[in-house]
Amino acid sequence: MSENTLLRLEDLKLHFQTTKGVVQAVDGVNFSLGYNEAVVVLGESGCGKSSLAKAILRLLPRNVASYSGKVFLNGTDIMAYDDEEFRRNVRWVMMSLVPQAAMNSLNPVLKVGDQVAEPLMTHHGIKKEEALQTARTMFQHVGVPEAFLDRYAFELSGGMRQRVAIAMALVTSPALVVLDEPTSALDVLTQANIFNVLKRLKHELETSFILITHDIATSSELADRVAVMYAGQIVEVGDAKSFFTAPLHPYSKKLMASVPRLRGDQEPEFITGSPPSLLNLPTGCRFRDRCPAAFGRCSEEPPVTVIDQRLVKCWLFN
Amino acid sequence: MASSENNILLKVEDLKMHFPIYKGLIRRQVGAVHAVDGISFDVMRGETLGLVGESGCGKSTTGRAILQLYKPTAGKIVFDGTNLVSLKSEDMRLMRRKMQMIFQDPYASLNPRMTVGEIVGEPLLVHNIASGREVDEQVAHLLEIVKLNPSFSTRYPHEFSGGQRQRIGIARSLALHPSFIVCDEPISALDVSIQAQVVNLLEELQEQFNLTYLFIAHDLSMVRHISNRIAVMYLGVIVELADRDTLYEKPLHPYSQALLSAVPIPDPFAESKHKRTILQGDVPSPVNPPSGCRFRTRCPIAESVCAESRPEFRELNPGHFVACHFADRFL
Repeated sequence: MSENTLLRLEDLKLHFQTTKGVVQAVDGVNFSLGYNEAVVVLGESGCGKSSLAKAILRLLPRNVASYSGKVFLNGTDIMAYDDEEFRRNVRWVMMSLVPQAAMNSLNPVLKVGDQVAEPLMTHHGIKKEEALQTARTMFQHVGVPEAFLDRYAFELSGGMRQRVAIAMALVTSPALVVLDEPTSALDVLTQANIFNVLKRLKHELETSFILITHDIATSSELADRVAVMYAGQIVEVGDAKSFFTAPLHPYSKKLMASVPRLRGDQEPEFITGSPPSLLNLPTGCRFRDRCPAAFGRCSEEPPVTVIDQRLVKCWLFN
Repeated sequence: MASSENNILLKVEDLKMHFPIYKGLIRRQVGAVHAVDGISFDVMRGETLGLVGESGCGKSTTGRAILQLYKPTAGKIVFDGTNLVSLKSEDMRLMRRKMQMIFQDPYASLNPRMTVGEIVGEPLLVHNIASGREVDEQVAHLLEIVKLNPSFSTRYPHEFSGGQRQRIGIARSLALHPSFIVCDEPISALDVSIQAQVVNLLEELQEQFNLTYLFIAHDLSMVRHISNRIAVMYLGVIVELADRDTLYEKPLHPYSQALLSAVPIPDPFAESKHKRTILQGDVPSPVNPPSGCRFRTRCPIAESVCAESRPEFRELNPGHFVACHFADRFL
């Protein structure tokens, strides 16, 4: 394992038990993340992206059928930790989460300043005065006026609430922040502002980010590397420049072609059908039914091929 | 432009929609939300007019006021020669056959307890256009038009994906053979991978049934693909209106310029060259909008005159309207 690896996932699996059967939301994910690096996880709704975030931070619902694999953080396998050790040493200490629709996840009866300070008090036993001071600094970092510390969530706009949620994730200075769809409910202008904040934080605080999104265009602002998720698995990983210029996997290509362009006459395309149900996954390549390039071999499980340090899980490259 | 008068399907004149705010025990009116504050525009037959702007700028309110889902505070809405504002409710009900709406959220706009057949067929029953077997036949036909399997009519909305649900909503809006449809952010709740599918379908239907659309959106890149002309709204007023290519290539209002520059491009090479002018702050409250030009509080080129007088919505180039004191600078 290289010196520069902050987080490494090995065959991470998270399956849920439902009345209809087992949902294989995360089904054998491998990838790694370096220090001060931003990885974007792209994919359509229902591909297991949010479950991947839950699996990394071990924020599990009650109906987990299986949770396995290895998660190395700074070289230590944190899957071996029990829940108490995980809470004390990992969650909100080493890594934190900005949950999906974070702006609606703030407590309506607590002042936002107190909420941002809370992780410091619970995880580091810091006194309230001091914690609020740190919260104040964080507000400056994310661009929220200090006076807002004493406000309630409903007094803030969506963009401001999203910044508060980001401040809350950063207040304990974790090495890694996982952002689950941080801007999908926001306007173009607010999105652009939030991404500028994230870019600045990455530079100033040297935080690493895992950004989970289906918004390909916006994600290109922050990404150092891109991982594409389809039906519970990662089908392509590569550096952002090569990915956005020439994606390899047929699914990635289709995804990129569906992004509407602001200039030029290229008509946006769409991907026919929808991702397979995670309850009942097809054998072989999971994208095969929607793939324009599918051929006989695709009924077998495709291997992961390495091309110029890019990983792709597709028979076309074997 | 006398010859084009016949071509105008919908004419909105100085439309105002204020929502009163009441306070206290006796519910005294203490103010009003100026959601739409004096806008005028025309929609030509067979065209798609895009209406873009940030959340809370009054886009959806405009769409709803046109369909008389709200009673406008002031102004005229002339549809096919009839002023809708002065219509009696029974006459308006008949008029609604010609004007329909596609809603933003395909998860919230379909009744979960009704089958797809009941949802799509309901307008036919409400307007006494068909009954019994005829309804079933028409529903099957409508589902085919939106490329859904007619056998889906016995299923419930939860069995469908977002894109399929939106097509059910489109089928419902087509049931009464309207000539005008307000599309209120029909794709913003959908995955990028299927947005184009819904947009393409809307374009095909437009050609097939000679439809006119008012397409409300905050996503500037997709709006470009469907619209002929685009109006940019800010805090209850239209700040710029132009044909699509002019607006994207030569926006004259500083707000349109900022909106366009904020649109992300999925190309890291272009990104490094691309200098963004990003607006700071949020849209001011529509309860107490700024005096003069509403955009002046966030405008990079605002001067004292902007606080004093409201800029006129003027035609700087043929068909290119803009409400800014200094728009000439960008000509």
